[in-house]
Amino acid sequence: MQKDSTTPNVSRRNFLKFSWGALAGLVSLEMGALTLAYLQPRLAQGEFGSVITAGKVDDFPPGSVTHISNGRFYLSRLPDGGFLAFYQRCTHLGCNVPWDQAEGAFVCPCHNSKFTPDGAVMNPPAPRPLDLFPISIEKGEVQVDTSKPLVRQAFTPSQVVYA
Amino acid sequence: MVVDSLVLHLHPTKVPVSTLRFSYTWGLGGLSALLMMLLAITGIFLEMNYTPSPTHAYQDILDLRSNTWFGDLLRNIHHWSANLLIIASVLHLLRVFFTAAYRPPRELNWILGVAMLLLVAAANFTGYLLPWDQLAYWAITVGASIVTYVPLVGGYLNRLILGGAEVGAATLLNFYAYHISFIPAGILTLMAFHFWRVRKDGGLTLPKPIDQVETPKPERVTTIPHLVRRELVFALLWLLMIFFWAMVVPAPLEGIANPEISPNPAKAPWYFLGIQELLLHFHPLVGAIVIPATALGALVLLPFYDTTPHSVGIYFRSRRGRALALLATGLGIWLTPAWIALDEFVLDWAGWLPTWPVLISNGLVPLALMLLGLIGLDDLAKRVFGANLEERILFIFIFIFTALVILTLVGIFFRGTGMALVMPWDAVVH
Repeated sequence: MQKDSTTPNVSRRNFLKFSWGALAGLVSLEMGALTLAYLQPRLAQGEFGSVITAGKVDDFPPGSVTHISNGRFYLSRLPDGGFLAFYQRCTHLGCNVPWDQAEGAFVCPCHNSKFTPDGAVMNPPAPRPLDLFPISIEKGEVQVDTSKPLVRQAFTPSQVVYA
Repeated sequence: MVVDSLVLHLHPTKVPVSTLRFSYTWGLGGLSALLMMLLAITGIFLEMNYTPSPTHAYQDILDLRSNTWFGDLLRNIHHWSANLLIIASVLHLLRVFFTAAYRPPRELNWILGVAMLLLVAAANFTGYLLPWDQLAYWAITVGASIVTYVPLVGGYLNRLILGGAEVGAATLLNFYAYHISFIPAGILTLMAFHFWRVRKDGGLTLPKPIDQVETPKPERVTTIPHLVRRELVFALLWLLMIFFWAMVVPAPLEGIANPEISPNPAKAPWYFLGIQELLLHFHPLVGAIVIPATALGALVLLPFYDTTPHSVGIYFRSRRGRALALLATGLGIWLTPAWIALDEFVLDWAGWLPTWPVLISNGLVPLALMLLGLIGLDDLAKRVFGANLEERILFIFIFIFTALVILTLVGIFFRGTGMALVMPWDAVVH
């Protein structure tokens, strides 16, 4: 058969092969997406990972740091009455960072990272300040959304929530 | 008769006499296969007395130890075989590397081997969580957190692996599922492929005298009894040693997992402590992602950039190769602790370059310096020793491997409370 302008460059066989391959690729992508969706965490209400009610606004005196265990966070009420919720998970490798009253700082037992009372990192190996959880104050109650830790590089006044 | 027939399905009828020599392969591949079978059998029995739920798991382990006949022995055999398997697999990889048995036509088999090594690490990691004690809980928290440093998808990957934001019931169940199904299925499939490739690639590489270039025509003997006898004795001796060790040394178990209290220090499982030690010296992106990924990539692609055919079957390639191997080991043993101590007490990149982002000052800067060091070493091998490409690759590989071993040993035996550098008697060793 002579090659002229009416002869196709791709044979029927190759076109069909390519189409099967492309469809197979598409199916693999869909199966992959299905698998990832299946593996997503399942959450119960009130459990860590959902919105947790920490308590009434008046339960937290200004200048106090309260550990909310089931929420995995520390609720800090600043002297001016604003709220901050620190995720207790160390930003280095995930250990729980307890508040050390004597040192006046959060001191991680695992690899010795230290954080100031407003969560800023004092020394390595932690690479950034403690993450925050978004707070909303509804009907005089402090609601902390533990589904989305806010990663930040530094403290800014806009992070504080006021009643 | 039946057993003979089975043996001859897996082995060739005759094997070269020279490959039977123990000091050629040290039986490491065989040991790895034996350990896999032991782990599979002990694992299945352990499944019968275990429920992967935070409310049951720990008590099940306690019951195994005190209320089940031979439960403690079973668990110990499983634990120690798992640890021995990591060591045997790595030594097997080293043997194959030293005798250049990854050169064509064995490139695919090398890749299969590295894939199996990764699956073995995954099996160890997922199994580590199952006792649900403090050791398990925090080692997995710390180990899984390493992936959070992957750019863009790190957090997503971490939550995917853990089945949530933290180690919990979902993690235990997921890890159990991976540990008893996906991973063993993967390893068994790869093992079958790996064994078939050995046969297809012509069996074991033939050991050669050091200065010889041509590959000799080998004298062969029958597999039965010559190879089989050796395999049997080897397997029985190792089973004896493992059982004895398992009877005398208990697998560790600490108090039940407590998500509220992190231990001080919290260490990843020992085979990840090299990476955790790197994390103490570099910005996490460099120490946990860039360096390990590059090293793994270089390992996998080895047969594609080191292809000289002549030295297959000769340990360390040549006389010069042997000298370079010794030198690399010595340099690794001296320079790695020296650099660790220097970085711990003298170097302070982030402090000296405070205006630069930490990723650069404590990440790219030391990384660049190390790369310069490696290039310098390569230059040394080339100019002072006149090494060729394959000898230089050998030199650098052994140096890096020795450094990794030293880092791991430091992570295990020289890190104590607050991850401070301490003498081994003050270290926290699990």
